[in-house]
Amino acid sequence: MTQGVAPARKTTYREAVRAALREALQRDPRVLLMGEEVGAYGGSYACSLGLLEEFGPDRVRDTPLSESAFVGMGIGAAMGGLRPIVEIMTVNFSLLALDQLLNNAATLRHMSGGQVGVPLVVRMATGAGKQVAAQHSHSLENFYAHIPGLKVLAPATLEDARGMLWTALEDPDPVILFEHTMLYGLEGELAADAGPVPIDRAAVRRPGKDVTLVAYGGTVGKAMDAARALAEQRVDAEVIDLRTLRPLDDATLLASVAKTHRAVVVDEGWRTGGLAGEICARLAERAFYDLDAPLARVCTAEVPIPYAKHLEDAALPQVEGIVQAALGAVARHG
Amino acid sequence: MGEFRMPSLGADMDAGTLAAWRVKPGDLVARGAVVADVETDKGVVEVEIWEGGVIDALVVAPGTKVPVGTVLATLRPSGSEAVVASPPATAAAPARVLASPSAKQLARDRGVDIALVRGTGPHGAITREDVERAADSAPSVTPSAPPPAIAPVAMSARVAPPDGAAMRRAIAAAMTRSKREIPHYYLSAELDVEAAQRWLLAHNAGRSVTERVLFAALLLKATALAALEVPEVNGWYVEGAYQPASAVHLGVAISMRSGGLIAPALRDAQARSLDATQAALRDLVARVRAGRLRSSELTDATLTVTSLGEAGVDSVFGVIYPPQVALVGFGRVGERPRASGGMLGVRSVVTATLSADHRVSDGHRGAVFLRAIETLLQQPEKL
Repeated sequence: MTQGVAPARKTTYREAVRAALREALQRDPRVLLMGEEVGAYGGSYACSLGLLEEFGPDRVRDTPLSESAFVGMGIGAAMGGLRPIVEIMTVNFSLLALDQLLNNAATLRHMSGGQVGVPLVVRMATGAGKQVAAQHSHSLENFYAHIPGLKVLAPATLEDARGMLWTALEDPDPVILFEHTMLYGLEGELAADAGPVPIDRAAVRRPGKDVTLVAYGGTVGKAMDAARALAEQRVDAEVIDLRTLRPLDDATLLASVAKTHRAVVVDEGWRTGGLAGEICARLAERAFYDLDAPLARVCTAEVPIPYAKHLEDAALPQVEGIVQAALGAVARHG
Repeated sequence: MGEFRMPSLGADMDAGTLAAWRVKPGDLVARGAVVADVETDKGVVEVEIWEGGVIDALVVAPGTKVPVGTVLATLRPSGSEAVVASPPATAAAPARVLASPSAKQLARDRGVDIALVRGTGPHGAITREDVERAADSAPSVTPSAPPPAIAPVAMSARVAPPDGAAMRRAIAAAMTRSKREIPHYYLSAELDVEAAQRWLLAHNAGRSVTERVLFAALLLKATALAALEVPEVNGWYVEGAYQPASAVHLGVAISMRSGGLIAPALRDAQARSLDATQAALRDLVARVRAGRLRSSELTDATLTVTSLGEAGVDSVFGVIYPPQVALVGFGRVGERPRASGGMLGVRSVVTATLSADHRVSDGHRGAVFLRAIETLLQQPEKL
């Protein structure tokens, strides 16, 4: 990760995304941004505010409300030599473009015997917490992490929001970036010269020796809060931010569990068939003899995300649930 | 549905004859109970069962010879009404030990018997920390359950004594395997047992013949305690790796009147008093002669002791019984001239020898072991 020596300045996740978009548009004339309301409105989460004025309608383009059409357009542009960034309003809507992403973007290099690549970057919002109910709030990262031919990223910090986009654009194959809606308002310090970061490894956000908390995207902050609460109970938790959901960085996971012998996986996706299950399976396969307690998962309840605030909170992984799962893993009886 | 199978009662056994059943369908059996007599090349053995339950069906009829692993009887879980047959040797134990994979691995690495570790984790499971605690408390003596009482059930069938040729074949197979696979090294040391002899004389004074402790019991106990200090001689070499044992089950070589030799285990020798050692030894010899050994006694030994002193030899260099890794030999105990401090005196001495597996230990550790036996014998009252 690039650590600037330049003085840090206060910013937000949203501004870090915007800075990354601006840098990409400035550095490479082949880059363009397109999607619903990215232009005149400035993006449904205001990530592209001001970019239409700065770069013009050829580079920042509003599209019709048809995910299949504009993702397909992005794939065509990428095949034709451009470096498109396509924004999809939420992961729920991306299902309309799943055919394009799976059957075309992820597959064309294979189908063409290596002749055609699709250097496309798709950004989309994911996750719950804003009371936008069951058609705008789900975490379906695992749908995409399932697909060979895609890379899937989940920036959870200002550095990653700022740095992952350019690295993704340099990749010769399609990359999906998931931005959790609750992170856009995240405030923090970011080095003035913050730049591209690697997208092939997980990060240990907090070292610890008693239990590994695995999280990504919107649950990293909750896992960090849980680790602080656990520290007060003298449980030293290690927090791993997966960062990249496909391909998973097994080495970092295995090294951590070899040290702590216990793991709790926090995933805002549903439990059944989800990423948390995949991670548990890998640990069971490759770290079996390191495990000193059953693996545990803290996932979203298996319901459509409710509109009501208290029900939405109850459905999602929360700090208290993570703490309880970790205490269960390190439990001592007698 | 559980299954009770023909056990392997030694590295060289591939089949056995079911001599008699001690149970019938419907009987409730506890883990550790004797359920059958099995005739092998080494005689008739009382076979224990390692899973509790109710006998569902006896599959193999008495007099039938079957390969090791053959299902002899089927079991169903207890709970249905049933008659208690064999006396429960120990309380019914849980079917399996609950332990984390990491704890099991650590127990293997550190030579800890996981069955003896107390679990403190989720659901009472054994964790790494529990194993570490158990390993750190070694080599203190592990408490063990009292030896199961002998079932007061008369042998339901008299069986012919073992065929001498068959026993010869069994010994030949085991000893050939030993000399082929185990790189033996040998050490010999003359131990001063003057103090032990004097103490034993006083200890036995006024006791009837049957209450007296024989010198062999002191040698066995000292050997067991020394083995705790040098774990490289007490355990099994299995599949290319040494597994030290936490308890010392001493195989005691006993000659059979019909010819041949057998070395059943005197279990938990490190934990028995001298009187208890003597009693166990007497019991073992009697049961060897009567053909009444238990299956666990034939397979559990972790270190063998052979004494040929009474036969008049000065020392014996034995052949290790696989998968064990050492054998201790004692020769004749007697008075011999010994120089000490510039003076010549007459002292009681015995020559102790060690045959040990060079894959597991080196001569230096073997020497430490023999020295430990001698040191222990200097304070017989503490044995």
